[in-house]
Amino acid sequence: MGLDIRWPIGLMFTLIGALLAISGAVTKSDHAISLGVNINLVWGLVLLVFGVLMLLGAIKGNSGPPADK
Amino acid sequence: MQPIHLAGIDYTILLSYVAFVIGIGWTLARYMKTSSDFLTSARSIPTWVTGLAFISANLGALELVGMAASGAKYGISTAHFYWVGAIPAMVFLAVFMMPFYYGSKARSVPEYLKMRFDERVRALNSVAFAVMTIFASGISMDALANLLHALLGWNYHAALFICSGVVLLYVLKGGLTSAIYTEVLQFFMIVLGFAPVVYLGLKDTGGWSVIKEKLAGVAANPVALNLKDVPTSYNSNAWTSAWQPVLAGSAHNPMGVDWFAMVFGLGFVLSFGYWCTNFLVVQRAMAAKNMTAARNTPLVAAVPKMFFPFLVILPGILAVTLASLPGKNYHLPQAQIEAANYSATITALTQAAANNEKIDNAVTDLNKSAGVSFNKAKIETLLKETSLPEDQIKARLQDAVQIQYNNVILSLVTRYCPAGLLGLALTALLASFMSGMAGNVTAFNTVFTYDLYQAYFAPGRTDRHYFLTGKVITVVGILLSIGAAYFARKFTNAMDVIQLVFSFVSAPLFGTFLLGMFWKRTTGTGAFLGLLFGMLTSALVYGLTVAEGKGGFIYNLYEFPSSMAQNFWLAVFAFTVCFTLTLVISLATVRTKSDADLKGLVYSLTPKISETGVPVYQRPAVVGIVLLIVCVILNAIFW
Repeated sequence: MGLDIRWPIGLMFTLIGALLAISGAVTKSDHAISLGVNINLVWGLVLLVFGVLMLLGAIKGNSGPPADK
Repeated sequence: MQPIHLAGIDYTILLSYVAFVIGIGWTLARYMKTSSDFLTSARSIPTWVTGLAFISANLGALELVGMAASGAKYGISTAHFYWVGAIPAMVFLAVFMMPFYYGSKARSVPEYLKMRFDERVRALNSVAFAVMTIFASGISMDALANLLHALLGWNYHAALFICSGVVLLYVLKGGLTSAIYTEVLQFFMIVLGFAPVVYLGLKDTGGWSVIKEKLAGVAANPVALNLKDVPTSYNSNAWTSAWQPVLAGSAHNPMGVDWFAMVFGLGFVLSFGYWCTNFLVVQRAMAAKNMTAARNTPLVAAVPKMFFPFLVILPGILAVTLASLPGKNYHLPQAQIEAANYSATITALTQAAANNEKIDNAVTDLNKSAGVSFNKAKIETLLKETSLPEDQIKARLQDAVQIQYNNVILSLVTRYCPAGLLGLALTALLASFMSGMAGNVTAFNTVFTYDLYQAYFAPGRTDRHYFLTGKVITVVGILLSIGAAYFARKFTNAMDVIQLVFSFVSAPLFGTFLLGMFWKRTTGTGAFLGLLFGMLTSALVYGLTVAEGKGGFIYNLYEFPSSMAQNFWLAVFAFTVCFTLTLVISLATVRTKSDADLKGLVYSLTPKISETGVPVYQRPAVVGIVLLIVCVILNAIFW
């Protein structure tokens, strides 16, 4: 319906992924390393990839015009 | 719960989410030209979107919070809601019922009822449904405002109005499409926000074998962790096996249900009643592009739904495991007794012991002095040990405080999430509360505008008129929801009232649909009276029975071992009464609709949907069977 939903999803997760990854890379506090995993960094990168994939999907094509109603 | 301190990054994530949802609403506004665009999305949404919205509309925060709570309280048996309840119902909806909903071109569930039966049935369903959505919406917002108040220290009223305002902004602009898009966004936030918590929890506990071992100990003595109020003991697999404790009987599982109530009450009536007739979810499938998309929507939704137990129920199980592992420094969340209340509480304790008070009275007194709820079994033990030194008594009192199950998921989030991920998880939670309001308000405004206003108050006006009405009703819906939120807040038995309203709507309605869609002989009078008396039966059974202190406002005829058992049996009775009455009265009354009228509305009078040209693996029936097989496998794994 006009707006391909992959745009807002892609944008939002790219943004949040970047924020988390940067935060994870930069902070040195103990709590940031949960159980030996720098979860902000790792998960931030995962979200970033997800967001970018969504954006690529949105850029490449639309989800098709409405078929028979 | 102790208030959480949020860092700048957490607020940034929260605010960007709010900005995005309002932005979505604003962008969609220019495409909203007709009432159909606004209220029903004009059947234009792609399948994967409707599928995810379908599941998301149901995945409110109450489910997110509630499933973790149930996971802690009842163990893996909670998964029955998904594997016995939801999945079969969704398959049934996709394969058998969507053709009627979508093919009839009805714009809502009540409208289908009008086409199949007559105005009386439509009116009854519309009114009941409208009331239900407002209450559901209000409960969501009340829970959200409470959460923001307890967690972040926000003022309850400010939180309620601000969050309602955000929802109003995006729904008013973009209508149902806004609600659907934000529901999909919310789906990803929940999955991506909570998956790390589950992963870290599993890492922390050491995996499923450790969980099974520790929970065997819990099952032997659940009182130790305040999981039960009276000394009980279950088989070692009570928390980790889905079927065996249920098959063993209602006394042998923490949920207190027997297999019949589980399979027939939950599995059949409640689940089918909800997934197949609740317009909140059906509306999302009706927004699909075409018939195939509409039929595939519930199937697409069933895939993530099947695996949700690992995301939402597992945290509860992990929490109990953590609480029973030494050295983890984790306790199941409890309210804290305020320091000032200790002396009054200890006085009450020693008095109760000295006067040899009955345990129920003693606990009531203690609850009053301490301002918290106590576990009966632990207090009973403590009453015999009042000669202990004071600091030991204080520790024992705090240990005896009841568990706040609804805070389990939050306790895990704060345990594992550093600033950043914390913001994501909390935003996901907030998002699902807000979409609980948005989803219900969009269902409400469609039913009100088409099934009440257009049908009875102002028929035959221009579409522009109904378009504007839809917008006005959106505002009205939000305002009424805020009122319902205050109602839920003020009256401690508000949940009872609301539960009653819910049981009115879903369980008997499924009986009406079953007969209506598959038996052409069902008449309008039969349907109307069957539905009406089905609803009244719900109320009657609730009024005559008690469970966990709720219900029984007419007379206490029977006590169920748990609220869940009561709900399941309520559903069974309501459905049976509705089904039987509808059948009998239909046979005794004259049909008002001919076969020609019912073409496309009843199974036997509808040409089979041609599936030539559709590859086998895309046919709804085939996909449905595959899903059911996977479901059986999951049941078997956790047998």
